[in-house]
Amino acid sequence: MKNRLFVKGNEAVAMGAIEAGCRYYFGYPITPQNDIPEYMSREMPKLGGTFVQAESEVAAINMVLGAGAAGGRAMTSSSGPGISLKAEGMSFMAGSEIPAVIVNIQRPGPGLGGIDVSQADYFQAVKGAGHGGYHLIVLAPHSVQELYDLTMLAFDLADRYRIPAMVLGDAMLGQMKEALVPHAHQLPKDLPPKDWAITGKRGRVRGNVVKSLYLADGELEAHNWHLHAKYAQLKERETRFEAVGLDDAELILTAFGGAARIVKTAIAMARKEGLKVGLIRPITVFPFPTDIYRTATVKTPKVLCVELNNGQMVEDVRLSVDPKADVRFYGRPGGTGSLPDPEEIFAQIRKHYKD
Amino acid sequence: MSHKAQTVFQRPSSLKEVPTHFCAGCHHGTVHRLVAEAIDLLDVQQQTIGIGSVGCSVLLYDYFDIDVVEAPHGRAPAVGTGVKRVHPDSVVFTYQGDGDLAAIGTAEIIHAANRGELLTVIFLNNTTYGMTGGQMAPTTLPGQVTTTSPYGRDVLKEGHPLRMAELLGMLGGTAFSARVAVDTPKRVMEAGRTILKAFEMQVKKQGFAFVEVLGACPTNWGMSAIEANARVGKELMDFFPLGVYKDITTQG
Ligand SMILES: Cc1ncc(C[n+]2csc(CCOP(=O)(O)OP(=O)(O)O)c2C)c(N)n1
Ligand code: SF4
Ligand SMILES: [Mg+2]
Repeated sequence: MKNRLFVKGNEAVAMGAIEAGCRYYFGYPITPQNDIPEYMSREMPKLGGTFVQAESEVAAINMVLGAGAAGGRAMTSSSGPGISLKAEGMSFMAGSEIPAVIVNIQRPGPGLGGIDVSQADYFQAVKGAGHGGYHLIVLAPHSVQELYDLTMLAFDLADRYRIPAMVLGDAMLGQMKEALVPHAHQLPKDLPPKDWAITGKRGRVRGNVVKSLYLADGELEAHNWHLHAKYAQLKERETRFEAVGLDDAELILTAFGGAARIVKTAIAMARKEGLKVGLIRPITVFPFPTDIYRTATVKTPKVLCVELNNGQMVEDVRLSVDPKADVRFYGRPGGTGSLPDPEEIFAQIRKHYKD
Repeated sequence: MSHKAQTVFQRPSSLKEVPTHFCAGCHHGTVHRLVAEAIDLLDVQQQTIGIGSVGCSVLLYDYFDIDVVEAPHGRAPAVGTGVKRVHPDSVVFTYQGDGDLAAIGTAEIIHAANRGELLTVIFLNNTTYGMTGGQMAPTTLPGQVTTTSPYGRDVLKEGHPLRMAELLGMLGGTAFSARVAVDTPKRVMEAGRTILKAFEMQVKKQGFAFVEVLGACPTNWGMSAIEANARVGKELMDFFPLGVYKDITTQG
């Protein structure tokens, strides 16, 4: 493998997926993620893999449902309006415990909204876009390298826990070019066998059934407690975050994904002026890194949450911090001309640092 | 004269030995059996994968002794597409009702057919939403009273019944499209042969094969099993003519 490439974020997603063994991609065009299906349409045939441009995002997610249920590593990608259409399928996949990867390169909404940078879909991603009360694993990369690495990880986590996993990017990350160090994917040796997958019985005594319908007395409740236990296990084992400069911090900034890039630059500006500012950056937004917020805010109660929306993750931050913490918010919802620059965030740091 | 015991009729081995939940006179049971017979005759039970749909046939996995995945309402052809791509050597069929296939799933069925997916689609048209209590379906006949067309289907307001076998027969990707009925022993035999052919075409990788089966829903038609059966042979067949609408193996 080349040791350093200059790659567009969306292509890094596709490269990471292929490196992780994804051979089934189903998608539908929507800006700002079109590089992903385009890359897949080019590369999959060379690998003997499948690329299907579906008739809709509804069809695409159901093709993923089928391929995942059949035991394949399958993926789809889209943006806001398309992810809404995938909500039904994601609910069925969560209920049926079908592993697969769904990528959302976010754009601003609601409705058709726009095609610029936004983090408008945090709620949709972490609270379960579809019906019935379920969660996906949601990974929030903040660089081209992480788009690549976390897409790989998403496949492994999905398979390990039999759960759909989402990679939550945005138009900034997807459309920008950055250095990428590609590396071979190491398939974890302890992944459970997919002995539940539908393959045709092929000598098995009983047919495998992959489904979400439970009608017998108590069956559905038991199934939901089982899913609940899985979410608790994810929280315990798979929570990931980046924490910087918390030791001496007077103010903690927190942001995920694209917003965290801007925040990091602003923090560097603040540190240069001697302001003691730390950062908590969730890498998994589900499971949410609750504990680090609680322990950090015992010492440093003041938190400024920055998002490219009107305030979504901040709700989870408020639920996580020490009861005496003081959580503030700064955000802009996205749209043309609505991306804050580091100076704008630095000004917010100054303001909140003082009062 | 010596008599040797001979089995002339038995449960297909692709069906489990369990009672079904279908109402008396429902044709889902008949069609389940025909599908199972086709799987047995082709000796493909071990590699067959069923895609369940949402409707009275949703419990497919309780009756067929094969691997099954459940699809959301109308999405079975898309789910089948994904499954077949992972296991191209398997035999994948969807089993769908008229609400599932011809209303909410119209896009999925048309595009799966048009892509020429190597799937067998069994479509039970009983002109109503059986499972949800007999509402108007896209196949409900003009004038037919249902729980949501209490004055009878008015084609000027509610549109015309969709003839799916004809519609899919027009698509370039479709290899086989036919309509059969299961209201008389003779037609049941014919339906069995047609379903067998639709599976065989998949095994031979000849393309997308679709079989529409006209069947009864006595419960929601408000009829006895005998009356409902008679309606299939008259009203349903008048509007939905039986026949083969496309067959690339004979029409080139
Ligand atoms: C998205 C969605 N909408 C509606 C329903 C409710 N629903 C269940 S079965 C059904 C209709 C089934 O009718 P049909 O496909 O004709 O099957 P039948 O029961 O007649 O065999 C509907 C509307 C559902 N399960 N999911
Ligand atoms: S309601 Fe109709 S379709 Fe459903 S099982 Fe009864 S007769 Fe069959
Ligand atoms: Mg029906």
